[in-house]
Amino acid sequence: MSQPQAEALRQPLSLRLTSGVFLVIWMLIAAFPLFWITVMSFKLPVDSFAANPLSVIFGPDTRAEVGGLSPLDIVLGIVGIYFAIRFARHLAALARMVSIAGQAWLGWIVAVLIYTIAVLVFFVGIVPAVSAGLRDALGGGFLLDPILGATLTHYYSVWVENTFYHQFINSLIVTAGVVLISLTVGTLAAYAIARTGSSIAFWLLIAALIFRALPHSVLVAGYLPPFVNSREILMPLWESGAVGWFFQLFGDEPPTLYGRHWAVIIVLVSINQPFTIWMLRSFFMSIPAELDEAARVDGCSHFQAFRRVIIPVMWPGVITTGLFSFLLAYNDYLVTSLLLDAQSQTMVPAISGYFNRETTTTDQVEAVAAAVSIIAPLFILIMVFQRQIVSGLTAGAVKG
Amino acid sequence: MKRSTFFAFVAPSVVLMLVFMAAPLVSVLIQSFYLTQNVFEEVTVESCTPGFPNPVCTEEIQSRRVLDENGIPVTETSFVGWETYRVLLQPEAVAEAFSVGGGGVSALLDIDFYKAARFTITFTLITLPFVIGVGLLIALAVNNAIRSLRGPVIFISLLPFIITPVIGALSIRWLFVGDGILTAALEGILNEDIAVFAHGWAFEILMMFYRVWHVAPFAFVIFYAGLQTVNQDTLESAIVDGASRFERLRYVIIPHLMPLIVFVALIHLMDAYRAFDEVIGFRSEAHRITLQWLTFNFLTPDDSGNRAISRASAASMLTMLGIVILLIPPLWRTWRDHRGR
Repeated sequence: MSQPQAEALRQPLSLRLTSGVFLVIWMLIAAFPLFWITVMSFKLPVDSFAANPLSVIFGPDTRAEVGGLSPLDIVLGIVGIYFAIRFARHLAALARMVSIAGQAWLGWIVAVLIYTIAVLVFFVGIVPAVSAGLRDALGGGFLLDPILGATLTHYYSVWVENTFYHQFINSLIVTAGVVLISLTVGTLAAYAIARTGSSIAFWLLIAALIFRALPHSVLVAGYLPPFVNSREILMPLWESGAVGWFFQLFGDEPPTLYGRHWAVIIVLVSINQPFTIWMLRSFFMSIPAELDEAARVDGCSHFQAFRRVIIPVMWPGVITTGLFSFLLAYNDYLVTSLLLDAQSQTMVPAISGYFNRETTTTDQVEAVAAAVSIIAPLFILIMVFQRQIVSGLTAGAVKG
Repeated sequence: MKRSTFFAFVAPSVVLMLVFMAAPLVSVLIQSFYLTQNVFEEVTVESCTPGFPNPVCTEEIQSRRVLDENGIPVTETSFVGWETYRVLLQPEAVAEAFSVGGGGVSALLDIDFYKAARFTITFTLITLPFVIGVGLLIALAVNNAIRSLRGPVIFISLLPFIITPVIGALSIRWLFVGDGILTAALEGILNEDIAVFAHGWAFEILMMFYRVWHVAPFAFVIFYAGLQTVNQDTLESAIVDGASRFERLRYVIIPHLMPLIVFVALIHLMDAYRAFDEVIGFRSEAHRITLQWLTFNFLTPDDSGNRAISRASAASMLTMLGIVILLIPPLWRTWRDHRGR
């Protein structure tokens, strides 16, 4: 590059400054609401809703009443967070290490469990124990006295007293089901669509695009009456001779689909299909067709070629698509709040129960704590999978 | 790939989409023409209050729900044609609003459906340029930043996009609700008492702000990826031709990003038109509602446990009309491209 061009590409200080300032402002706006509710959730209501931002952050009343974090805790915490983040990026290696019988997904589940337990033990168990022990031994001091008021009472009342873990387990069931089924069904369809030139594939993609635009409430309006009355609607199947015998294997009488996890899973899988197909198709397009053609020449059937040649190389695409299926199922409010009942409710719709009775400030802070509990896993998810999320977002757009 | 193999591969997916997306659409269309109601009967009730010398008795006719032997209300379903749509659209009220002495547009916007449609449409159209503009600015700024900073910046930028929409909206609401920290700050600056959530327009602005906050990261990631593929030769020749920085942006970079801008705009139009989580998060139902929330509200059981299925179906069919109008141009283009290929 010649001199004047390099000169022209170099940016004047003012421009660099403006762009830097803009970026800082954007990051503040992007992170502030989330940061703030996280801070609020650890304070007593007096501090959470204080007018002075400093008393929200330092929580003087919380500190006076229930104690808080000392400088030593904060240092330990920062070190802990640093290692937690560094370690999160190596979760994949851990997953490979503990993978049982070569099953990658089992390894992932074990790895995530180990990670979560380790982090919880460190922050809830080790750090408070160490600092309390030191305080007792040394009788306090600047480094050991609390300066930052913090309390876990709201988390305790949300998770233990209000049994939020029920909703957590429900969320777990629904999201796991949605991710597994939609990936299984989606990869098969997307592979076939990517490997055929027929115009049926084109029309399938267009139909999927139209279905993607459908408001979910339209679909739920269609599901609700048959789901609520499914027992009566399906009764004839159960009562008719040979067919009835077959169906009675599943249960003595037809199920009511309303309030069932698997019914919601199937619904969310279907809603998610158009997106899954589009995304996976663009990944399969990037896998050279020669690969499976070679397998075909060696005598594999289409399905064998898919199983032995494609599945081993498709994981990056599948993980990315799985992430977005997970987000859809985890973040959904509309479908789950209408199709599940109180017992089978997932976390996100359950939070509306908190703000419906938001009468005292304690209730409000409990709602905040519940909200923070819901987004905490997502936070870790972005940390671990940032690259996959970015590549997934751009896959559809940039490749067309 | 043989046709039968192809069908074997796509069958599960196609069956799911047919049963759980195409079939509900048809059934919603049919439901919107039928009305299921509880059967009422009229009974004469004699109620007496003590009096002297005789109790004072009055007879009145009450209507009450007919219950079957299990105590469940008996319902009947009847074909009502366009009646449900009429209840939603209230053509008489519209005609009255625009007749002489009517309330005009403000009377029109008192009707739930028009209120929801008005807000949904302005919401979609106003947020669109902001999403694209802010996304583009972030992409340019990140592209300008030092390489080692880009990772953390992308991480923070992704937060608003990934976290649960209802909770994102809630988190912004909590900053303003009651004596939330930003309300307190505003009160400090303006030195007067402010109740942010007493005003419809405040809801409207905050909901739009939330949507831009939520979607701009998506636009940013797409545009940022596009910026990496800008043709350096074209840029250099533009420099040789003496193009200023702004001209290079205007005539080289933006045209290069144009397909992506169209893509983001399309996705945003589809998603913003379906706005729903904002109403839940901000609890704005008394002030601002969206079309999808209207359907949701009809589907939520009322105090006696009934769902207004018929009205929900009609409302969602009307919502669909908007989607169809929105989708015709891009689909038309895709089809033309496909035929031309």
